[in-house]
Amino acid sequence: MPGASVLPMPIDNYLLLSLALFSIGVVGVLTRRNVIVMLMSIELILNAVNINLVAFSRYWGSVDGQIFAIFIITDAAAEAAVALGIILAFFRNRETVLADEMDMLKW
Amino acid sequence: MSHLIPPSIQPYVLPVLFGVVIVAVLPLLAGYIVLLERKVMADMQARLGPMRVGPHGLLQPIADALKLLIKEDIIPVKADVFLFWFAPVLSVTTALLAYAAIPFGPAFQIADLNVGLLFILAISSLGIYGIVLGGWASNSHYSLLGALRSAAQLVSYETAAGLALVSALMLAGSLSMKDIVQAQYDQGVWFIFVVPVGFFIYLVGSIAETNRAPFDLPEAESELVAGYMTEYSGFRWALYFLGEYANMVVVASIATTLFLGGWLRPFARYQDHLFGTSVELLDIVPTILFLGTAVYCFWLAPKQPVQIQKIVMALVGGLCLILALGMAGALFAPDAVRMGVHGAFWFLAKVFAYIYAFLWIRFTFPRYRFDQLMRLGWHFLIPLALVNVVVVGTTIVLQQNWEWRHPMLSALVTTAIMLGVAAFLGREDKQHQAAVEVPEP
Amino acid sequence: MTTVLFYLFALLAVASAILMVTRRNIIHSAVFLITTLLATAGIFLQLEAEFLFVVQIILYVGGIMVLFVFVIMLVNLDVSLHLIQFNRQKYVAGVLAFVLTAQLLVAFWVGRGSLNLGEARAMDPKNTEAVGQALFQRYMLPFEIASILLLVAMIGAVVMAKRRV
Repeated sequence: MPGASVLPMPIDNYLLLSLALFSIGVVGVLTRRNVIVMLMSIELILNAVNINLVAFSRYWGSVDGQIFAIFIITDAAAEAAVALGIILAFFRNRETVLADEMDMLKW
Repeated sequence: MSHLIPPSIQPYVLPVLFGVVIVAVLPLLAGYIVLLERKVMADMQARLGPMRVGPHGLLQPIADALKLLIKEDIIPVKADVFLFWFAPVLSVTTALLAYAAIPFGPAFQIADLNVGLLFILAISSLGIYGIVLGGWASNSHYSLLGALRSAAQLVSYETAAGLALVSALMLAGSLSMKDIVQAQYDQGVWFIFVVPVGFFIYLVGSIAETNRAPFDLPEAESELVAGYMTEYSGFRWALYFLGEYANMVVVASIATTLFLGGWLRPFARYQDHLFGTSVELLDIVPTILFLGTAVYCFWLAPKQPVQIQKIVMALVGGLCLILALGMAGALFAPDAVRMGVHGAFWFLAKVFAYIYAFLWIRFTFPRYRFDQLMRLGWHFLIPLALVNVVVVGTTIVLQQNWEWRHPMLSALVTTAIMLGVAAFLGREDKQHQAAVEVPEP
Repeated sequence: MTTVLFYLFALLAVASAILMVTRRNIIHSAVFLITTLLATAGIFLQLEAEFLFVVQIILYVGGIMVLFVFVIMLVNLDVSLHLIQFNRQKYVAGVLAFVLTAQLLVAFWVGRGSLNLGEARAMDPKNTEAVGQALFQRYMLPFEIASILLLVAMIGAVVMAKRRV
């Protein structure tokens, strides 16, 4: 294709970066007690997936991966809003945001 | 000259040079805008303003900067030190970073991004963190309240301002700042005359975005001490202040580029030449303006009461004369230089006109209460901006696809519809007024 | 130059992510997540996805993270700084995360030659227009569904966070 820019790097670097961020996000979700930090680690996982999608979009030369990434960002916004609303409501009732202590529905 | 620079770094030399110029000049410019504000405030309040430090107070910003630099750096006891340090830095960094995409003339732009306008909007939305984190880190009630109110205000008016920009964007057809100005040249009209309601929405939105009066409740002295800036003193406070005034120039530059024609002179397509020379008739306006100012300064100089002020007036007159000569000289220089110099002049003139409007509005209107502020943003500006986008889009589609070619008529009809919608949205809400009214004692 | 930029942003992203997961102070975690998101936006720009670069900053950093910071300020208890930050299953979780990462690495290593990407193709230089066209032509249905999703999420968030008057 005329004007095709020579890609300076193989795609592997982007995939490894995505993998690294994904693992760190998984560690964050599984090991932290604070629900808000767990939510932030989930956002990190979603970002790792986005990097993966956009890297493949570039290396395929099509824009579909970026569209998928836009929808992921939209969904992340919606989910973060609702999840934070739930956390606020729970905090108002039980005065805690630690996952360990959110273990009784009613007493 | 370009053969002295190795080709691998050649694309980076000019942007870096422009960047250095902006980072060096802008703090000084922000300081002098503060002085300008104090002088304009004084003029509107029938007094003189700072007159002591330097002739006519011209060295006041330098004295202020020196004082702030040598002041004691106080950090509250339980403050979060990392965030306390980070927040003003973030504020200034985002304000200066936005200059990367702003065209100060056809030749002076650090980076002509394809998404230049969106980039500036994105960087402005980062500015919220400087305020919120600063208020939180101070560990003080006034700071936190001021910071939260300010952040809520910024988020609300950002949407309205962005939508107002979209209506001008649709006319331009591109997000690149250079292309937007080029579109105004191609269509022969500044976009303010096509979407005046969009300009008004952007004006109000930008005043709220920069926390200026009448939307300055979060930092008003009589309300919250100084809001999120309460616990900051010395150089940190200077950074916040610098960020706020640099933000003002950014917002003025966006409005100038989108609505006021950027670096184009008025009647940019009027190409009549001066007595058969290669000089266009309207290009001598800057020269005449500076000459007029110089003559006025020289006429005022002998009337000053004090000797030093006579000398300073004469010097200012001389400076205007030099600028007039520079403008005239640029007329006979190669095209690039001429367009660069005159473009920069018109751009800066429009930016200062917009900033003067900011200052004028500040000293004219009383402050909005916070619930009135939020009501204005959400109940009036955002619906108005949305309807604006729909109406302007419809007009563009009618013009392009259905061959309706009456540009002035469509502009008038669009404006009339928008004014009707604005009147409808701005009507008195009896129920809300009754709920909020304080009963007579 | 693009390689240098990539390594810079990648290093920033990974370092900020590790810092985010390990901080005791939640606001510091939020600030480091903001840095990670900005580094990710830089990677998008380096991949010539300029519209996604600005969308990431405006939406993620300028919208979602502001929401996070507000909520953190509302639920922050001073005593939480002195509590234990990691839960009781941290060792099992660490082992599981390690196994997962190892699996993905093995999959990546075994399959690294099999990516049949063909010749490097050029992207459309007008990225925003290409995204806009695709979004409003091929992906119109997901776009409309996403807008309804956002409406539902807005209603849900308002209802959840309201005080029962």
